[in-house]
Order: sequence, then structure tokens, then C-alpha cells
Amino acid sequence: MSAIGKATEATGGAGPAVPAMQPAAAIVTRSRRSALLPGVAAILLVAVLAYLPYEVYSDTTSLLVQFFQLLIMASAWNLLAGYAGLVSVGQQAFIGLGAYFVVLLANHGISPFTATPLAAIMTGVIGLPVWWMVSRLRSGYFAITMWVIASVCMLVISQISSLGSGTGIALSGLTQDPSQLSADTYWATLAIAVLVIAGIYVLLRSPLGLVLTAIRDDETGAKSIGGRVGSVQRLVFLAAALGCGAAGASYAISQQFIVPTAAFSVSFTAEMIFITIIGGIGTIEGPIIGTVVFFVLQQTLSADGTWYWIILGLVAIAVAIWAPRGIWGLVSDRLGIRLFPVGYYLWPAGERPRRLIAGWTGARLGRSRRG
Amino acid sequence: MTWVNAVVQGIMLGGLYALFACGLSLMFGVMKVINLAHGDLAVVAAYVALGVVAITHVPTVWSFVLVVPIFAALGYVMQRTLLQASLNRGVLTTLLVTFGLSVVIENALQQFLSANSRSLNIGSLVSDSFSIGSHITIAYLDLVILLVAVAVLLGLQYLLSSSRSGRMIRAVADDREAAQLSGVDYRHVFGIAAAIAFGTVALAGLAFGMYTQFDPTTGSSQLLLYAFEAVVIGGLGSLWGTLAGGILLGVAQQIGAQYHAADQILAGQLMFLIILVLRPQGITSRRELA
Repeated sequence: MSAIGKATEATGGAGPAVPAMQPAAAIVTRSRRSALLPGVAAILLVAVLAYLPYEVYSDTTSLLVQFFQLLIMASAWNLLAGYAGLVSVGQQAFIGLGAYFVVLLANHGISPFTATPLAAIMTGVIGLPVWWMVSRLRSGYFAITMWVIASVCMLVISQISSLGSGTGIALSGLTQDPSQLSADTYWATLAIAVLVIAGIYVLLRSPLGLVLTAIRDDETGAKSIGGRVGSVQRLVFLAAALGCGAAGASYAISQQFIVPTAAFSVSFTAEMIFITIIGGIGTIEGPIIGTVVFFVLQQTLSADGTWYWIILGLVAIAVAIWAPRGIWGLVSDRLGIRLFPVGYYLWPAGERPRRLIAGWTGARLGRSRRG
Repeated sequence: MTWVNAVVQGIMLGGLYALFACGLSLMFGVMKVINLAHGDLAVVAAYVALGVVAITHVPTVWSFVLVVPIFAALGYVMQRTLLQASLNRGVLTTLLVTFGLSVVIENALQQFLSANSRSLNIGSLVSDSFSIGSHITIAYLDLVILLVAVAVLLGLQYLLSSSRSGRMIRAVADDREAAQLSGVDYRHVFGIAAAIAFGTVALAGLAFGMYTQFDPTTGSSQLLLYAFEAVVIGGLGSLWGTLAGGILLGVAQQIGAQYHAADQILAGQLMFLIILVLRPQGITSRRELA
């Protein structure tokens, strides 16, 4: 503003010096460079990961199953907290419910792998009355009430004898031979992870994503410019419940025996939170980076569970205060890259992106507009 | 008569919960944040009391003379450093930081002091009791805790309404910017409020340690949720509401326990959810939720 003000002042009565500033040639694109390369790399990576069970032993795939589960949970929590501004410490409610829905369906003769999407949907449906209860609450109120709801779910399930009460229950219906079972578990979890991340990517690129990004940056502001904050938050809450339900279903299949105290453990949520904060909250890449960091740490410190939590907690606190955009925030600021282009870049007149062919993206994909 | 007894026991238990809740309520009222490490701090206080007793050999009951000032000082320092730094980033950051703190405290306790259950040994005082009629038995300890809770609430009420610090706290809670314009350093006031809150949480931790057993996980799995439930049931901004909330929670738990021992916690939490749905501003407050 001040620059323009000065320019007008300086020209004084001369008047028609201003048209030099006209914005006619500005270009808006989805990313600074072409998004083609990361996209192709992602597809290749998924293809390699999908082929992996033919090449490696089941101990490697079962490690990766844990990795994908963490990734699913963290991505779902990131969508909820990072974008919709809803910090929940009760997401373990949906993990436990997803796990127990699989057990319930398996008890009725449905194969656990067929039951997985059903369990995820059922968990999402349960999310609806939960949202109705917590939708009026904000910040800390929302966070702890979700925790209470998780505790209620655990206490209720602990009393249902057909679900093993408090002592736990074995998942029935897993009849494959062990190596086939571990490969199937791996593929199912990989599929969920890909679906969840792709789903979040599509959601954030849609018009709803614009509202979500606005909520992330300023909830009151988003409301004031007409964003349907309430309904978008509900959608995200249900989507996060669905994602956690799917992760819980995978957890049930990979553990084959579940206990209420473990399935509804708050440490699931602690993992989601720490991964997302350390990786970078409010970006799709953050939870992915965070899961990698987290996983490496887990494998090196696993001999001592308490130290692992102490270190993670301290790192997460430090990151939240001093580097609130996490590792990915630091990386993308320095290098100016986005693996998942969900934002917009504005190129001022004359500063046309060098590597990116604006006409190509604009005409073929409709992703860039001339302003 | 067993039901009457359950209600009486619930009222006694309510005193303990109110003691836990008032610190949480004060910090929420002034700084607009919920300290998710609240329950763990109470457990830490109980462990500190164990250490104080082991070193100084004072009777356990008197350990609060040392532990409460230690915690008040800790509260001021933590507020001025870690919590203020996170508050500057926003409310959500404070939630995440206090949650991280909760996990760190819990695991540090497990690492250094083992996961075993402990309790504060107060000798025969824990079982001494008197009877009213033939069915109602009241333990002296429970009664003392309830009286301490009432005394703490009265003290807080006096402090907030009559002292200079209390006026500053209320001013900052009502309108931070206006208080700053009048020359109040809000960070110092936050520190004072945190000191008071930490002092009460230490007292609550000691009371809990004398009342029953605790271990490193007690703080987050039980105490934080009870304190929060008491605050919400009672309604924010009202200290007497907090007492009423604690008592209602205690009574609900004891009545639940009459049906089945496993229903004790569930009954309290269902009651909390019912209040939350029907009367989210709490039973005593007329103010709408922020």
C-alpha cells in the first residue's frame, strides 16, 4: 500500500504514470514448478511398495504395516487439527471402534478384509452423533471432551461379554496361511494409506479445501468472508473418524487380538499429535515426513519405551513453540517445493515462471488462470 | 440406606474433585487455556511429598507446608517461560504443549520412579471413621479433604474479590488489553494465577495420595478428566459451581458403583456428557460458552 501511495505521490500531478502498475499480466498457478514429477514419483513409489511383499520377508512388511497405520492416523489428525482447527485428544475412540467393528463383523462370519471398509464406514457413522455432542465446543473443551468420549467407548466395550469384556478378544476369520495373511494385511493397509492421502489431497484441491485453508489460517476470518465453517468442520470430523476407523480395522487385523485398554489407548493420539507437529502441521507432507522421523526414532529407541516418549514429547514441545511449521515447514521455505500442490502461487507481471509452462497447465488442466 | 450412604460418600469424594478442578478452572478462566498436564502435576506433587517425607521426616500430613510453596513457585516459573511462550503462539499450541508435557511427565515418572503404585502413608488416619446411625460411616480423612476443599474455595473467593492480586487477575481475565492499558503486566498476572493453580493442584495431589493409591498414569487417565468434568458440570467462572460440579460427579460415581463396581467411572462420565448436551454452560452459570 505504502509503495503505491508513494508512487502516486511522487508522480504528483503528472497523473498517467500509474498504468505501469496495472496487474493485467499476473498469473496464478498451483505450484511454483511442475507438479508432474512428484506425481509420477508418487505413483512409482506406490507401485514399488505394492510389489514389495513378493521381494521381502514378512517381518519387513509387518514393520511397514505399522508405518502405514501411523501415517493414516497422523494424516487424519492433521486434517482435523491442522486444517479444521479441531485439536482432539480423543481420536483413539475411533481407532478402538474401528478395531472392534471388525471383530464384531468377523464374529458374524464376514471376512476381516471385507469387514475393513464396512468398519470404517460404521465408525464414520458413529462420528455423526459424536459431532453433534462436541460441535459447540472449542479448543480445550473440544479436546478433553473427545478424551472423555474415548474413555466412555472403552468402558462400554469393556462390559460387552460377546466382545471379550475387558480381557480382550481374538479376531476370527483369518484363515489364510501366515505369509499370505501378512501380505494381505500389508496390501490392505497400504491401500487405506493411499486412499486416505489421495482423499485428503483431492479434498484440499476442491473448493472445500479453500475454506479449510482459510480456517487453518484464521477461523474467524474464514467465517467472516462467508466460508461454511460449521459444515466443513463436520465433514472433516467425519472424514477423520472414518480414517481412524480404517486404521483401527487394520490394527485389529495386524494384532489379531485386541484389548480395550490398548485399542482405546491415548498413546495413539499422542503419536498422531507428535508426528504431525514434528513433521509440520497444516500440510499434507508434514505427517509423511513426521512418520518417517517417528518411525526411525521408534526403531532405534524401541528397547526403552519410556525414553522414546520422553524424547518425542520434548521434541514436539520444542517444535510447537520454536518451529511451529515443523520439519516440512523449514524444508519448503528454504527450497520452495510442495510435493502436494494444494495452494496457489501468484506470479506478478513479467515474472513468469521459468520452468513451468503456464500455457500448458492453464490450457490442459485448467489449473492456472490469468488474472 | 445404602443409597443414602452412596450419596454421602459421593459428597465426600466431591470435595476431592473440586480441589482438583479449581486450579484447572482458574487457569482456564484467566488464560483461556486448558492445562492438559493438570492431572500429571497432581501426581508429581504426590511423588514430591514422598521425597519430602523421606528426606525431612516430617509427618506426611504436614508435607503440604513444603510441597505447596514449591509448586506455586514452579507454577510461576513455568507460566513465565514455557506456557507463556506457547500462549504467544496461540491457544491450540498451548494445548499441544501441555499435552506433550503430560506425556513427558508420565513417562519420566515411570522411567525414574517405576510404574509401581504408591500412596502417602498417614497411618491410621486413613481408616479412622465415625458413624451416623447404623449405615452411614464417614472417614475422618474424607471429611478433612472436603473441609480443605471448602477452605481453599473460600480462600480463592476472598483472594479474587478482595486482594490487589485478585483484582488484577479478574481485570486481566475480563479484558486483557484494557488491563494492560491501565498498567497491568498481564504476564506477571498470568504467573500469579498459575502459581495459585499449581498450589491448589499440589494440595489436591497430596489429598489424592492420602486417599488412595497412585501411579505415573493416574494423572492423565483419571485426575485430568475428573477435574475437567467437575469444571464443566459446575459451570465456568464460578468457584462454588466447581464445588457443586465435583460433588455431583462424586455422587454420580458412587451411585454408579452401587450397581456395579465397574460402573463407577462410567456413571460419572455419562452424567458429564448429559450435562454437556443439555446444559453446556454448566448447572450454576448463566454465561454461554465462549
